[in-house]
Amino acid sequence: MTTTALDGRPPHGAKAPARAAGRSELQAQRVRAARMFLLPMMTALILVAAWPLLRTIWFSFTDTSLSNLSGGQWVGFENYLSVRTLDSGRVIWRGTLVDPDWWNAVYNTFRFAIISVSIETVLGLMIALVLNAEFKGRGLVRAAILIPWAIPTIVSAKLWAWLFNDQFGMINDILLTFGIISEKVAWTANAETAFWAVIIVDVWKTTPFMALLCLAGLQMIPKDVYEATRIDGVHPVTVFFKVTLPLVKPALMVAVIFRMLDALRIFDLIYVLTPNSSSTKTMSIISRENLIDFDNFAYGSAQSTLLFLIIALSVILYIWLGKVDLGGGKKQ
Amino acid sequence: MHIHRPGRAVRRLAMAVSVAALSAGAAGAVEVNFVTGATGNAIEVFRELFKPWEEETGNTVNIVPMPSSTTDQFAQYRLWLAAQNPDIDVYMVDVIWAPQLADNFLDLTETAADIVPEHFPSIIESQTVDGKLVALPIFTDAPALYYRRDLLEKHGAEVPTTWEELTATAQMIQDAERAAGDADIWGYVWQGNAYEGLTCNALEWIKSFGGGQVIQPDGTISVYNDEAVKALETATGWVGTISPPGVLSYMEEEARGVWQTGNAVFMRNWPYAYALGNGADSPINGLFDVAPLPSGGGDNTSAATLGGWNVAVSRYSPNPDAAISLAKYMASSEFQKGHALMAANLPTIVALYDDPEIAEQQSIIPRWKEIFLNAVPRPSAPTKVSYNEVSSKFWSAVHDTLSGNGSAAENLELLEVDLDDLKGGGW
Repeated sequence: MTTTALDGRPPHGAKAPARAAGRSELQAQRVRAARMFLLPMMTALILVAAWPLLRTIWFSFTDTSLSNLSGGQWVGFENYLSVRTLDSGRVIWRGTLVDPDWWNAVYNTFRFAIISVSIETVLGLMIALVLNAEFKGRGLVRAAILIPWAIPTIVSAKLWAWLFNDQFGMINDILLTFGIISEKVAWTANAETAFWAVIIVDVWKTTPFMALLCLAGLQMIPKDVYEATRIDGVHPVTVFFKVTLPLVKPALMVAVIFRMLDALRIFDLIYVLTPNSSSTKTMSIISRENLIDFDNFAYGSAQSTLLFLIIALSVILYIWLGKVDLGGGKKQ
Repeated sequence: MHIHRPGRAVRRLAMAVSVAALSAGAAGAVEVNFVTGATGNAIEVFRELFKPWEEETGNTVNIVPMPSSTTDQFAQYRLWLAAQNPDIDVYMVDVIWAPQLADNFLDLTETAADIVPEHFPSIIESQTVDGKLVALPIFTDAPALYYRRDLLEKHGAEVPTTWEELTATAQMIQDAERAAGDADIWGYVWQGNAYEGLTCNALEWIKSFGGGQVIQPDGTISVYNDEAVKALETATGWVGTISPPGVLSYMEEEARGVWQTGNAVFMRNWPYAYALGNGADSPINGLFDVAPLPSGGGDNTSAATLGGWNVAVSRYSPNPDAAISLAKYMASSEFQKGHALMAANLPTIVALYDDPEIAEQQSIIPRWKEIFLNAVPRPSAPTKVSYNEVSSKFWSAVHDTLSGNGSAAENLELLEVDLDDLKGGGW
């Protein structure tokens, strides 16, 4: 019985008895046990993930408002797209799919996700390479680097909001003292710097996470590969691109997926730093705004549904294009 | 967002347990949960003012502090009320929220009938929705132009009465003070962040230039006209010249931060900043005074946005009697006088404007009666439940203009189309 859970791939295991019908009673017993073990997790997932998701999708096809959650009427696709001809003959398109604010948010989200994840991946890999080397106090440095990741996002966002403050902020003070800027910069007020302020905080916060995942990947690479390159006298740069990078790639791709999922639904950081700036409004921010602030609950639900579809599609595309193996180890 | 749920559930359970324990201990004594935004020293003042009520009734008040952005407060309150949350008994609500949240509050018409006649009828009217009195007023608000008397005297300047004069005076004093070595001084600070406060500021500019009040009381849209364009162009000219570029991220407290450290000649803010600026630890204690906001010049008059705060009792409160008692206490003359003396908040009780003690300690209050009586209401009444969206579109268009993202004329024309779309067949 103790080995049952070690299989780790119950869905595949479930097919096994069908192929080799009646191969062994033990196999069937294992499958039953696996199902039992999975039951609590599936129940929890249905309750906290599937049910809210389905409810949101349902709301997006109604005219529900926040003050009366159960009184919504079915309106079909009206929240997504509808067309109306006015008496004057003017044709009016309505709905999220033709809402410029929504597409601006989609653009902001992808711009943010791509830029921040790229920087985090490069920095994370560099830090992981350093941490992978043998040096004194490595354990301490590994623990210390995780601190930004361990601070709750709300706290670190507030902390950075003070650092970025134009009159009392430390960043302006330091830059002024060293003569890098000539007058105080309003980091979070200006549309262009606001975006970069958000990127800076996000990179500061999540690079440790990337570094950790990359480090795990680096430690899986067998030492004898490096020994072989040393004996052959290969240049270290060549070793990195021809040996380390290909071998760490599977782990790296999975790490990027995690970060990508996270970055595409970015909310808390922007909500605290620059909640109402149209240059940093993301999909999550705008759907929350409609859901709660504007009492367009159904419209916001439609945006949440689109957000879910867009993220799902991006991940599928990424897995397919990047040939990421999420099954864990290639089949021989 | 779902992550917060278990935490809240645990807290609710803990609260239920503690309430049960409390009521088991002292018969009848309950804890009333009161939620309010934490601006300035509001929380400490409330805590002090609640003491007499707590002693008299044996109940205690638990103050739940919220961020000072009213936009954030509203969002949270709406969520709590939609979820029929019993954790909060008494809500502090902005003057513009009544039509949007009315269904969730108890009707106080009868229980508060004895104190209602003491208040200004227009304020009671603003909190009455479909014949239901949903909230009791605790203070009213109308912004002032704060100016540094010492600096104006030093440079021989008059208190400006038009925006043009303000711009010139601010620039002149700022230049002179900087030349004299005060590198951090700015001419004018106000609230330019993209939130409800910018709606108030911009409404004042446009109205005082004669450009209407965004949505007129009869529901017509009034944003794209020459006066409004001129008003926004004037304000856009301030950013980076007499106002710090960061003003576009300032709310009330950020503006007060610059002002109260002595780094601004003028500030637009609510009366609460008067008492704080004259506090014992304030560097500008006694060096400033207040005046009505400037006008657009010509025949135009100055415009001040009507603010004000009220207390409403949640329909989902487990202790409605204690909650109503607290709300009535906050609307009483005793509380409002204390509030006026401690925090310079404008009372809503007519008689208090003739109170000699208030006149002596907070001279802004009797002077402010005329101003708030003539204040401009935000268009929350004609736009009904769409108000938040109207306000958000308005402040976004203004914020875009101020940050140089399109000209005033372009943005206002676009805003007019957007508002027209939103209005559809009618508000």
